[in-house]
Amino acid sequence: MSAPARNPRWLALYAAVVFAFLYLPIVVLIVYSFNGGGVGGFPPHDFTINWYRMLLGDGSMWDSVLNSLMVACAAMAISLLLGIPAALALDRASFPGKTAFRRLVLLPLILPGIITGLSLLMLFVGMGLHLSLLTITLGHGTALISVATTDIFAGLQKLDRAQEEASLDLGANYWQTFWHITLPNLRLPIIGAALLIFTLSMDEIAVSFFLIGRDNTLPLEIWSRLRRGMTPEINAISAVIFVFSLVGIVLWYRLRTRAQGQPELGSELLETAAAATEL
Amino acid sequence: MNSPATDARAAAAILLSIRQVAKSFGKLPVLRAISLHVDEGEFLTILGESGSGKTTLLRLIAGFEHADSGEIWMAGERLDPLPPYRRRVNTVFQSYALFPHLSVRDNVAYGLRVQKVAASDVEKRVDEALAMVKMTAFAASKPAKISGGQQQRVALARALVNRPRLLLLDEPLSALDANLRRQMQLELKSLQREVGISFVFVTHDQEEAMVMSDRIALLRNGSLEQVASPRDIYSRPATSYAAQFIGHTNLLRGRAEHGRARCHGLEFPTTAASGPAIFSLRPEHIRLADSAAGNDAVRFCASILTQSFHGATDLLQVECAEGLKLTVRVPSHGPLTGQHNFEFSAAHAIPVRDSEERT
Amino acid sequence: MFSRAYKAAITLPPLLWVAVFLLVPYALLLCYSFWTVSPAQTIIHHWNLGNYRELLRVHVYFETLLRSMWIAARVMLFALLLGYPLAYYLSFHAGARKDLLYQLVIIPLWVSYLVRAYAWKTILGSDGVLNTLLQYVHLTRHPVEFLLYSPFAVVLTLTHIYTPFAFLPIYASLEHIPRNLVEASHDLGASPLQTFWRVILPLSIPGVLAGATFAFVLSLGDFLAPLLLGGPSGIMISNIVVSLFGAAYNWPLGAAISLCMLLLVVGLLFLSERLEKKWSYS
Repeated sequence: MSAPARNPRWLALYAAVVFAFLYLPIVVLIVYSFNGGGVGGFPPHDFTINWYRMLLGDGSMWDSVLNSLMVACAAMAISLLLGIPAALALDRASFPGKTAFRRLVLLPLILPGIITGLSLLMLFVGMGLHLSLLTITLGHGTALISVATTDIFAGLQKLDRAQEEASLDLGANYWQTFWHITLPNLRLPIIGAALLIFTLSMDEIAVSFFLIGRDNTLPLEIWSRLRRGMTPEINAISAVIFVFSLVGIVLWYRLRTRAQGQPELGSELLETAAAATEL
Repeated sequence: MNSPATDARAAAAILLSIRQVAKSFGKLPVLRAISLHVDEGEFLTILGESGSGKTTLLRLIAGFEHADSGEIWMAGERLDPLPPYRRRVNTVFQSYALFPHLSVRDNVAYGLRVQKVAASDVEKRVDEALAMVKMTAFAASKPAKISGGQQQRVALARALVNRPRLLLLDEPLSALDANLRRQMQLELKSLQREVGISFVFVTHDQEEAMVMSDRIALLRNGSLEQVASPRDIYSRPATSYAAQFIGHTNLLRGRAEHGRARCHGLEFPTTAASGPAIFSLRPEHIRLADSAAGNDAVRFCASILTQSFHGATDLLQVECAEGLKLTVRVPSHGPLTGQHNFEFSAAHAIPVRDSEERT
Repeated sequence: MFSRAYKAAITLPPLLWVAVFLLVPYALLLCYSFWTVSPAQTIIHHWNLGNYRELLRVHVYFETLLRSMWIAARVMLFALLLGYPLAYYLSFHAGARKDLLYQLVIIPLWVSYLVRAYAWKTILGSDGVLNTLLQYVHLTRHPVEFLLYSPFAVVLTLTHIYTPFAFLPIYASLEHIPRNLVEASHDLGASPLQTFWRVILPLSIPGVLAGATFAFVLSLGDFLAPLLLGGPSGIMISNIVVSLFGAAYNWPLGAAISLCMLLLVVGLLFLSERLEKKWSYS
């Protein structure tokens, strides 16, 4: 590393300010989730955990959490089951419409979510399908295939091709090679993609907005509460969501550090983001 | 002990003075209190294996690292407090480090432009520099479009155009293939003569060091083993490591007593002090004994284990009666087998210090 | 070279799914944009350009689009102003803590968008944290009104949400700059500032373009922040689309607007990609 420049002091300060800006709302949210006096008002007073107690007893909130979990798991499955073959196809096979396919798959990532949402709404209406958790799941799965495809594609690129060739040379066919050699090497990108898809699905609003039936997902439940008015109970559930996100990212970090020694700076988000602008 | 060349250099002015410089990375000591000087106009090579600290030493001179202790002086002023962009020192990097977004011309002009040299002067000096490295035709190309050898020339021009007092070269030839490398060695040497400034050249290749240098500083594990001209280091190595690292040698371990050495059943006169001793004997100094006895060469009998053909010479592995294995270089023969008599003059058994003592 | 069964197995399922669930819906979008809605709230499959004419004729759509683009442009600017120095600091000055700090930037991305937008709502309201704080320390006497339900609130919230998105590609491109180029620049006499201006910045432009594109495109199509915090003066184009699919029931018109947005976004991406290629040197 080169000799330190003279400016890092103000640069470090600037960086600290940006970090503060990024975390300020979350901190406020958590602090006020314990505020007896409600959502706003300074300074906070009347420390209480009542809002969390309310949250615990809030049946419809937990229903929506359950719904979101089911949808997220199903979306994860769909995205991976389709994303893995898609990544393989893009990496290895040539077929007509390959470029078109690649761009089409990436569209939901960069287009405003509502466009994908309402397009799917038109499809389901045309198919005569009733809006429900199923339609939401189909929507999430479709929108998030690109996440799986991109991350696994990146993982395939880093794969040592010679290993697969050695497997074929030793007498295994393509299926066996895929199962015994390729797939185990893709473990990390798959898990990373799965975590990302799960998180994105749990938070998804734009697509879900149009495809919601009677059962709410968690974000949409929070959304409908918001329209009725703001209570610190929402702060409480937000704080809970934050803690879960934190746990998720720590887990992801541990996973990669353990497996690779040094987590790569190209995270799934980065690779997905990079692919999205390449279209 | 000094050759005429070394005497002449002693008269030359000292440009750079490294005084007791030490550097550790964390707990790992990389340089241990090194003292070294570079003369005006000399080609000094810092030679060592990887991990010897040679690149760190170069980076200290360039300003990319700071020493933990010690001082570096250049032309009467302290160099070490200055950041790299204030030192009259330029570097040719191992990977060339050409700016990919600038053309060859802009790369070469970079140093002049940031120093706010007048535009007309910039153009003139860039043209001269490009002509000197024979890259005028490529002035408008981007680095990605030219070959490795060409990139290396551009890196050289980019450094030299600033007229530094000292040029540092960090293994600049290691990425080139063998033929190009040999060619560039001679070109660099003549370039240095032409430009007249001091070059400090870092390499792990001892042949390269011998071809190019006025003096070689042999670095091992952060300490200097020996600093001398190539001929001096070769014919009078100071330590067993120096003897083995530069050229090939046989190391004979034995004892010296009152001017006589005894090792492996061989006996010969020596200047070594009494006590355990190590001798370096170069393979080319051992020859097949001619039947005429009478000269005072040391004789021994050995059987030939292997013989390999090296064009002008043959390299023989021989084994003596006491189990001592030696490498012998003789002018090319037909096939040789069995027992033969060999001899060498006692003067060629050079006493060296044992390098194992210092780790 | 491939067994045909294997090749079929890996290409067909994704292709089929994407065809059914992406190609067809987007095609339907195209179709709807040429249809109209009858007063009886049914879709008339009569192909015409009526919706597009409407878009050109009625000012509010174009105005809202312009306002959305202006909001998106400001978000892009601020996201870059915040994200670039942060990325630069992490890449060149953070040393051993680089990894930890990187994770700290990523964490907000994993936290729900809705949660973060809601947080700003609680902060910016007239009874919100900021206003009561200002009154508490006697900096103001009445609540500052423009903080919430204004374009200001939308820009602020979206900047908060999308700064990490701008950060990511900038950081990646900065990391890709070989450190020996920085050393070479210093070696040749350039100060750190000159080095930044002449070497680091030009080489980081692809990352800046990508980050700017993200921030702009994602902000442009955002509907949640304006809905929560924008008020009547902060409506963006996506809100109009949402209402056309809701209370203001006019799917064809909504489809037409969506199609225009789609074309705009795709156009911007192509432009960005072109520019990135031009400025890329690896």
